[in-house]
Amino acid sequence: MAKNFSIKHQPGFTAIAATCFIVLYLPIIVLVIYAFNAASSTSEWGGFSLKWFQSAWQNTQVVDATLRSFQIGSIAAVLSTIFATMAALATTRTAPYPGLTFKYAAINQPLMVPEIVTGVALLIFFSRIKIFTGYSGIGYLVAAHTAFCIPFAYLPIRARLENMDLTLERAAADLYATPWKAFRRITLPLLWPGILAGLMLAFVISLDDVVITEFVKSGGQDTLPTYMLGQIRRGITPEINAISTAFLLLSVAIVTLFFFVSRKRD
Amino acid sequence: MATAEEVAKAVERRDVRDRWLLSAPALLVIFLAATGPLLIVLVYSFLTPGSYGDVKWQFSPEAWIAVFLERDIFDDTLSIAAAHVTIFLRSIKLSVVTTIATLVLGFPTAYFMATRSEKTRDLWLFLITIPFWTNLLIRTFAVLQIIRNEGIINTILLKLGIISAPIQILYTDTAILIGMAYVYLPLMVLPIYASMEKLDFRLVEAGYDLYASRFQVLRRIIFPLVKPGVIAGSILVFIPALGAYVTPSVLGGGKNMMLSNLIELQFGQGRNWPLGSALSIAVMIIVMVALLAYVRNAGKSGVRHG
Amino acid sequence: MPDKPDRNAIEVVNVSKIFGSGEGQVAALDTVSVSIRENEFFTLLGPSGCGKTTLLRLIAGFDFPTAGEILLYGQDIAPLPPFKRPVNTVFQSYALFPHMTVADNIGFGLEMLGKPKAEIKARVAEMLKLVKMEALAGRRTSQISGGQQQRVALARALAPQPKVLLLDEPLSALDYKLRKEMQIELKRLQHETGITFIFVTHDQEEALTMSDRIAVMSSGKILQVGSPWDIYDKPAERFVADFIGETNFLTAAISEIANGKARATLKSGATIEATVAQGFQPKPNATVVVRPEHAKLTKAKGELSGTVDNIVYFGTDTHVHVHLDSGELFTVRQQNTRSAGCGFEKGDAVGILIGSDAAQVLKD
Repeated sequence: MAKNFSIKHQPGFTAIAATCFIVLYLPIIVLVIYAFNAASSTSEWGGFSLKWFQSAWQNTQVVDATLRSFQIGSIAAVLSTIFATMAALATTRTAPYPGLTFKYAAINQPLMVPEIVTGVALLIFFSRIKIFTGYSGIGYLVAAHTAFCIPFAYLPIRARLENMDLTLERAAADLYATPWKAFRRITLPLLWPGILAGLMLAFVISLDDVVITEFVKSGGQDTLPTYMLGQIRRGITPEINAISTAFLLLSVAIVTLFFFVSRKRD
Repeated sequence: MATAEEVAKAVERRDVRDRWLLSAPALLVIFLAATGPLLIVLVYSFLTPGSYGDVKWQFSPEAWIAVFLERDIFDDTLSIAAAHVTIFLRSIKLSVVTTIATLVLGFPTAYFMATRSEKTRDLWLFLITIPFWTNLLIRTFAVLQIIRNEGIINTILLKLGIISAPIQILYTDTAILIGMAYVYLPLMVLPIYASMEKLDFRLVEAGYDLYASRFQVLRRIIFPLVKPGVIAGSILVFIPALGAYVTPSVLGGGKNMMLSNLIELQFGQGRNWPLGSALSIAVMIIVMVALLAYVRNAGKSGVRHG
Repeated sequence: MPDKPDRNAIEVVNVSKIFGSGEGQVAALDTVSVSIRENEFFTLLGPSGCGKTTLLRLIAGFDFPTAGEILLYGQDIAPLPPFKRPVNTVFQSYALFPHMTVADNIGFGLEMLGKPKAEIKARVAEMLKLVKMEALAGRRTSQISGGQQQRVALARALAPQPKVLLLDEPLSALDYKLRKEMQIELKRLQHETGITFIFVTHDQEEALTMSDRIAVMSSGKILQVGSPWDIYDKPAERFVADFIGETNFLTAAISEIANGKARATLKSGATIEATVAQGFQPKPNATVVVRPEHAKLTKAKGELSGTVDNIVYFGTDTHVHVHLDSGELFTVRQQNTRSAGCGFEKGDAVGILIGSDAAQVLKD
């Protein structure tokens, strides 16, 4: 029997795709395996051990940096999601109005500029303010993270809103719901998956940031990624593998959640 | 009582006002902690460096001159700053090659994903999304462990007797290239996949029906239709690659600088904030040119998805 | 019912709606006036883009008119937002709230009006019964069929007992059989609730079968308002005659107008009697319309004569297309019987008989 002609087949594409997926995961898998290495060098395998996780757990610098990362990440994620939700409501499902294009450009601006440039800019700006006010807390990091998280939080919220039929709110208004009630009862519950997705995205983005944090942070304000960067530059111990593995696990958990939340359609 | 027309106008005015109020917090935060400071960078690039970092409030074009030129300490003559030019060219070259490499790998991958059944498609998307949201530093670190002299590539090659001494990949341009292609690959795949997913495969059928070969279908039908995704992916890879900081820092080992390392240097040991500012603006100008080319191209291509 | 001197539920007075500004300006409605009586099933009929949905949206409050008044029992509601108008809408897409159950959807309006819980519960139960959906009260709206969604949308809009119910092409998403069923269902609901229905459709058959009165719209204007019988049998303008049903247009000279009747001299030279609107003046070249089912084919001589061009079988009837000797085209519809064929063949020379009540003179 002759094989059916497959219209979707392209020679070699499947092989390249397979290679891509293997190449994407292989280094990560190796990294995770070596986190459980008993040897103190990453070039030999000395048997299975959890000692590097233990040593990371007892390293106060690591714990401090982790807590700081979570602190900054959660505040920045919540703030940026609230602001992004409001901005998304203001910029979707409307006829063009004066300033709409400006808003799109402004909200997406942090995505358009290489991080290094934003980092330098914030370094200059915040160092001035630090001299001026004397304040040198993590407020600067929170502000910077909130700013660059807004466009990321904005993405899924806006996408969700644009797919939401304005007729539903019209129907609510037709059924005597005031604009506020229509928002509470119709818009918000339907938008909720988008908002959650935005929140998780913002949190992951904040947690991952190296460059801007590296430039903005004052002494003793390392986040987990900037701490790791410092360690990697100094030389590698399997402890970094252990930290990376824990970090990875967290990211995967959040992404998994994000994936299901943002894919949910009703 | 107001007439319907007056009410309509009032409603519209209130709507626009509310929309400004709603977007105000986001705009304000972005202005204060992203856009505004960029303007200060521009100002700083025209000032004189301070002795211990920062600046003196004195106008000077020196920083801009120093972007590409060197002033001789003894006779004040200007010559091309070979070091800077090299770094600019290396950054642009590495970014372009990274973009091409990710496109060559990413296009078939996106195609493969888009041609799976509806259900498995989500799984593949999930698999490409995980590295995308995994910390870039961790992924770079993972690459470092693979390619270093004691890494598994060299170890396996040595064990198999193919090589007698480890190949030095780490701390070379190749390392930076491998690292950037690795970390930015999902950025290329995702937008192409987004375009590809919406591709109507009946058009492909029509192409075959009209005697096109597989390659002709790919070139004349599929590629033009997903071009917006390809352009978006290229931009998404090119911009961060040009400003890449982590990957060259970790894999280039500080010897093979890229633009970001050069800029960082001016704010650290270099103590030349105006030059760092001018270099930053220069990077932004390159990015803007790339973006403009994208916008013009996207406008011309005519095919729109969603 | 049309003869009863009813109160007007809705009066639309000189309403215009202009979209856009400057050169891109489009008048969706151009000084439209129409009165809709209490308790009637009123239909806005016209092709897409004629302004019928715009008019409905103005009554619902989703848009504000550029000029004019919309009176609900004498009160101008045009400036009111939708949530302050005692009118409810059945949307073309149904617009059921996907995150709520069937019962929650139906009770939403009453809840927003701040009615007590017990009253809402009772009313929802009553509505569920009215649309025969009791069994599915707890379902999500995404878990029910299109026809069921349609019923829920109706129940939801009827639950707050609106003064007027607006229906925006509510049957267009249903398949043919279900649509027929819902047409009857809608008539029944209107009868049982006694609520004024304003129904928007582009389907002339739907309009003719369901409505007490129809307004035919085109290009932002209302061309004719009347009972289905009026609209079908006495079309005033070419557009109305053409849009509703099939029609033969014949050029004729009109003379001797008296008591709504006139003599129409056709191109063939034959003279027939035609109905004419009041105030119509004699004219040498007016247009007369004759419905295909109001003419008869004969092998003998008739008012018109020509050659059979084509015969198309439709199941219930057969259309015979005749090329008239005058050069005009004419279609005759014959009811089919089971035993006999249509009795004519392509190429036959035929005569066409036009009854004394069959022809109508158009205004334009």
